[in-house]
Amino acid sequence: MSIISRGFGGRRRPGSDRLPPGQYLESGFPVLSAGPTPPVKTQSWQFTITTETGEKRGWDWRQFMDLPAEQITTNIHCVTKWSKLDTHWRGVSLDTLLADVKTSAGYVMARSYGGYTTNLPLPDLRDGQAWIAYEYEGNALHPEHGGPARLLVPHLYFWKSAKWVTGLDLMAHDRHGFWEELGYHDYGDPWREQRYQGD
Amino acid sequence: MARAAVPGRLNWQVATLATAKVETATAKTLVLDVPDWPGHLAGQHVDVKLTAEDGYSAQRSYSIASAPDGARLELTVQRIADGEVSPYLTEVMEPGDAMALRGPIGYWFVWDPRSTAPVLLVAGGSGVVPLMAMIRAHAAAQSKIPLRLIYSVRTPADAIYADELTQRSVASPLEVTYLYTRAPAASIRAPAAPDPTASAGPIRHRSSRINADIVAEAAWPPDTKPAVFICGPSGFVESASDLLVAAGHDPAQVKTERFGPTS
Repeated sequence: MSIISRGFGGRRRPGSDRLPPGQYLESGFPVLSAGPTPPVKTQSWQFTITTETGEKRGWDWRQFMDLPAEQITTNIHCVTKWSKLDTHWRGVSLDTLLADVKTSAGYVMARSYGGYTTNLPLPDLRDGQAWIAYEYEGNALHPEHGGPARLLVPHLYFWKSAKWVTGLDLMAHDRHGFWEELGYHDYGDPWREQRYQGD
Repeated sequence: MARAAVPGRLNWQVATLATAKVETATAKTLVLDVPDWPGHLAGQHVDVKLTAEDGYSAQRSYSIASAPDGARLELTVQRIADGEVSPYLTEVMEPGDAMALRGPIGYWFVWDPRSTAPVLLVAGGSGVVPLMAMIRAHAAAQSKIPLRLIYSVRTPADAIYADELTQRSVASPLEVTYLYTRAPAASIRAPAAPDPTASAGPIRHRSSRINADIVAEAAWPPDTKPAVFICGPSGFVESASDLLVAAGHDPAQVKTERFGPTS
């Protein structure tokens, strides 16, 4: 539907050609969380990948820091309409974490400290498309933004990049995560504007 | 927890401005007619899309201020000086003008009038809007559940809905604690409690940011297991939710909605 809004000219800003439909350019870093920020200490932090057969592969913080890390420069797009261009992160590629995991699962449920969940297709976490990130713009990732570590899947809307991530459960069949159960899209491609179920 | 049924696809609908009400120097309430509005729950929001003649369009999300009421919908919009959408909605749009809107959105930050827990609402600035929808839905349901609102604004002149909150605090079990972050105590106009440090009556005024003392005074005690809704700028929500959790509230009962710099 396209209803012309009388007297609306809009304000196109430099860089808007790099924005998916319906997004605007943001210079700050807004926060979207459904509840209080959970306190997560690196001393007790755990990250576990559990396959569909129940096999587990886990890391504590020290082991995680010993894994090869990558610098990532990417654009991020929040379903609440803001986008940021050329953000810088450091983290471990899911290709590294999944390298020794035997699975035929098609989907993943990401689980977070505090109880948040989000579902994704497993292929979207492979081939240099996803990381567990622990630095943002050269600093340790702030708790408000998901620190000590969050999932980073920048080609999907940012609610898929679960903050305070503690595990990935590989699944043979797709299930809804937290926002997906509440009406948000299962896949969430910003370029196809898949904000809500049915988009 | 009980969850509302989530409907299917959200289509864009035509919303026509019926009237606009000035709330403060920078906030306006848009009263919209949306003929096919499916109804909503208190606390939900909508997406608004403005389209220019050349096809350029911009979208933003706004909280619904009104209780469910047929095809009428109220949005209270805070004007952001260098914004793109809010100046149009508050300064250019006139009665009879139409825009595209879809919703309702958000089945998490909602209050169900059938729930029985006491309710604590914590607002920073225009974060009061979805909480006002809850207060209005509470009144419409003639609920006897006690409500407390902690409402932080810079100065008394920045408070949206102040007169209505005063009226509702007389007519229903609603208590309001205003926090003024930029005004000295002596300058505070306090119609319901002329002494700004008085604690009698359903309306209180404090010249303070939110802190542990305010939480101890104005929030429900944690052992009453209130349903908590916090909405406001990100930093405010972060402080308020940390203070409530530190005071002993169950994080699972604390629902938040944050807005960053939104234009």
